[in-house]
Amino acid sequence: MAWMAWTWPTAAFFAVIALLLVTFTVLAIKFPETPRTGILRIETTRGDRLFITLLGSAFINLAWLGIVGANQPFALLVCLVYAVAVFRYV
Amino acid sequence: MDKTVNQKAWFLVLPVLLLVAFSAVIPLMTVVNYSVQDTFGNNQFFWAGLAWFEDLLESERMWDALQRQMIFSAIILAIEVPLGIFVALNMPKKGFWASFCLVVMSLPLLIPWNVVGTIWQIFGRVDIGLLGYTLDALGISYNYTQDFFAAWTTLIVMDVWHWTSLVALLAYAGLQSIPDAYYQAAKIDQASRWAVFRFIELPKMMGVLMIAILLRFMDSFMIYTEPFVVTGGGPGNATTFLSIDLVKMALGQFDLGPAAAFSLMYFLVILLISWVFYTVMVNLDKRES
Repeated sequence: MAWMAWTWPTAAFFAVIALLLVTFTVLAIKFPETPRTGILRIETTRGDRLFITLLGSAFINLAWLGIVGANQPFALLVCLVYAVAVFRYV
Repeated sequence: MDKTVNQKAWFLVLPVLLLVAFSAVIPLMTVVNYSVQDTFGNNQFFWAGLAWFEDLLESERMWDALQRQMIFSAIILAIEVPLGIFVALNMPKKGFWASFCLVVMSLPLLIPWNVVGTIWQIFGRVDIGLLGYTLDALGISYNYTQDFFAAWTTLIVMDVWHWTSLVALLAYAGLQSIPDAYYQAAKIDQASRWAVFRFIELPKMMGVLMIAILLRFMDSFMIYTEPFVVTGGGPGNATTFLSIDLVKMALGQFDLGPAAAFSLMYFLVILLISWVFYTVMVNLDKRES
């Protein structure tokens, strides 16, 4: 595994992603759901909304880094607000 | 009747998952690891945090490459999609000539990328290439290694030559699946040729066209081999698209950290655009059915 050059932050990052995927898989099995149509006027399931959240969060972090350039952890707060909005309205 | 959902079938895709893990997920994870570190070789890494991302977001080099890439993809889509539809509309519907056209059209698709590059590299040369020599004899100054406009034109014409067939073949398949009844109804209504295209053929082709656009966009956005062979990214940086710049950074300069950060951002852009295309495609399908 040495060639993969692991670091603690990246390991934690992937652990969180893996945990999210497992959680949503379990949720999908335990509480099956029907897709719904939100403000994007596309049908989404919980998994779709997770994908939109994660992809959007990546761009939010990059935008914060490019525009603000300091206090990166605060970008995660923006992501959290974004995630709530996505799960509520999309 | 409600069918009971059995998700156990998902286990059948496990082998594919394993394969993808080795060919895509693990390399991608490694790239993420590299992107936050610096190395001077010898497999020794030093923590760099988000410095590479910050550098790249501020570097003109990446934004310029992205801009060139966007312009290139936009141009080839704007040419290949209408041209492909036009070709498909004019192809014979059945008989010997239909098969003949299909075979001829698929020939460029079978040629490997680097061979396409070599063909056009020689074809465009002023001393021995048919195209370059002819243009030169006509008094038109054409040199893709020195002239910005000539380099771009060569790459665009090459891509159109290579890939318009794909769009045409997909559009042709879409056209073939339209039942005759639609055309008969149009004839009864005395619809014009344009109306037939606008209200019957185009809507019926929409699904395959979206696939064609998605495929062409993805391929052109990741284009590497052809410009590498023909222009090598030059003259200057005129045709240095994203992947060419990335390879220069990763293998030319051996800057693994910045290159990893670069590829992650590149990947995110591709992921976003593919998701948009995919969502539009699926929703079009749903609206149709």
